[in-house]
Amino acid sequence: MIKIISVYGTLLLTALGRTLLLALLGLFFACFIGLFFGIMGVLKNRVCNVIAQIFVDVIRGVPMIVLAFFVYFGMPYFFNTIIGGFSVSLSALQAGTICLALNCGAYMAEIVRAGILSVDIGQMEAARSLGMTYGMSMRKVVLPQAIKTMIPTFINQFIITLKDTSILSVIGFPELVNSAKNVQANTFMSFQTWAIVGVMYLVVITILSRSAKVLERRLNVGR
Amino acid sequence: MADKTDKKIEVRNLKKSFGDLEVLKDISAEVYKGEVVVVIGPSGSGKSTFLRCLNRLENVTSGTIIINGADITSRKVDINKTRENIGMVFQHFNLFNNLKILDNLTLAPTQLKKFSNEEAKAKAKIMLEKVGLADKADSYPSQLSGGQKQRVAIARALCMEPQIMLFDEPTSALDPEMVGEVLQVMKELAKDGMTMVIVTHEMGFAREVADRVIFMDGGYIVEEGTPEEVLLNPKEPRTIDFLNKVL
Repeated sequence: MIKIISVYGTLLLTALGRTLLLALLGLFFACFIGLFFGIMGVLKNRVCNVIAQIFVDVIRGVPMIVLAFFVYFGMPYFFNTIIGGFSVSLSALQAGTICLALNCGAYMAEIVRAGILSVDIGQMEAARSLGMTYGMSMRKVVLPQAIKTMIPTFINQFIITLKDTSILSVIGFPELVNSAKNVQANTFMSFQTWAIVGVMYLVVITILSRSAKVLERRLNVGR
Repeated sequence: MADKTDKKIEVRNLKKSFGDLEVLKDISAEVYKGEVVVVIGPSGSGKSTFLRCLNRLENVTSGTIIINGADITSRKVDINKTRENIGMVFQHFNLFNNLKILDNLTLAPTQLKKFSNEEAKAKAKIMLEKVGLADKADSYPSQLSGGQKQRVAIARALCMEPQIMLFDEPTSALDPEMVGEVLQVMKELAKDGMTMVIVTHEMGFAREVADRVIFMDGGYIVEEGTPEEVLLNPKEPRTIDFLNKVL
C-alpha cells in the first residue's frame, strides 16, 4: 500500500485531476445542452417538444460505453471513410467530453424540464400580464425559481457524471480508472490499487455532496 | 365615473372552447373609460375565462375584442404592448417569489424600458405607500400575509401605469379578515377613475362600487345593468335564483 502511494501517488493524483477536468468539461457543455432541450420540452410548440423528447430518448436508450465507441471510433470513420474527403480525428479527451456532455445533457434536459414545470404557472402568467415577453419572463421569473428546485438533482447528476468518466477509460483517456489499470499491471497489487482508487472517488464525491447541502441551504434563504 | 364617449373595451360575439368544452358561448359587452364593471356568476359560468380573454392570457376561439380601438384577437397586434396597458390581479396573487417586494414592482417597468431604474424605484415606493406597505419593500413575498400580497400585486400592476385593471376573484383566496384591506385599495382605485373589470363574489362591494353589474351563467351573459337593477331587482329567473343562494 505504502509502496503504491509513494511510487504511483503523483500519477494517480494527476489521473484524478484529469477525471475532474473531464467531468467539469462534460458538465459545462451538458448545462447548455440540458437548458436548450429542457426549454424546448416546455415550449408551447409540438415540434420542439417532440425534438427534445427524441433527443432525450435516444441518448438515454443507449449505454454510455456504446456512445463512447460510437463517438470515438464511429464518427471519424463516418466522416473520413463513409462520406469521405474529411480527415476528422478526435482525441480521447474531445470524444470523452462530447460523450459525457450528450449523456449528461439528456438527463439535465429532463431535470430542467421538471424544474420549470414545478414553478406555478401563475408566475409566468403574472409576468406575461405585465407585458413581459416569454423570454424575459422565463429568464427573470421562472428560471431563477426553477434552478433552486433543480440544485439537489443537479448535484446528484454531477456526481453521476463524475463516476461515469470511468467508463471513458475504454477509449484510452488516462483518467483515474485507466491509470489505475496500469498501476495494477505494474505492481500486481490489485486489492491495494483499487482500494486506493475507491477511496479517492469517495473523498471527492463526499466533499461534493456535502458542499451541495450547504449551497442548498444558503439558496433557500428568503424563500 | 364612466365616460360614455370613450369605449375602452368592446367585446363582440366572443367564443372560447377548451377542446370539446365550450366555456364562452356568445359574449358581447363593452366597458367605458372610468367605468367599474363587476362580473358575477356561479363557478363554471365562464367569468374568469372571459376576463382572461381580455388580455389574451387565453386565446379566443372566435369573436373580436377591441381594446383602445385595436382588435387584440388579430395576430398583427403586439400583445405584449397591449398588456402593458392592462393590469391584472390574480386570485392567488402570483407575486414573483424569487424577488423582493420592491423588485416585484420594478421588474416589468425596467425590463420593458418604460422607466429608468431610479424612476421605477421611486414610482414603486409611491405605489407601496398608496397600498400602505412602504415598510415591506425589502421583504420577500413569503414573509407577507395574503392581504398584503394582494395589495402588493395591485401596486405591481399599477407601476406599469395601465389604463385598464382586471381583477380575477382578488379576495377569494384570502382570510375573511383580510378581504377588507384589499377591497379598500380597490375602492380608492375606482374613485381615482380607473377603468376596472372585476370578477368577484363580494356582493356588498359590487353594490357599493360597481357602475354596472354583469351576471354570467353557462357561458352567456344572462343579465346586466346597474347594481340596483341586477342585484336588487333582477328580472331573469336564473339571476334571482343565484342571488337567493349567495345573499
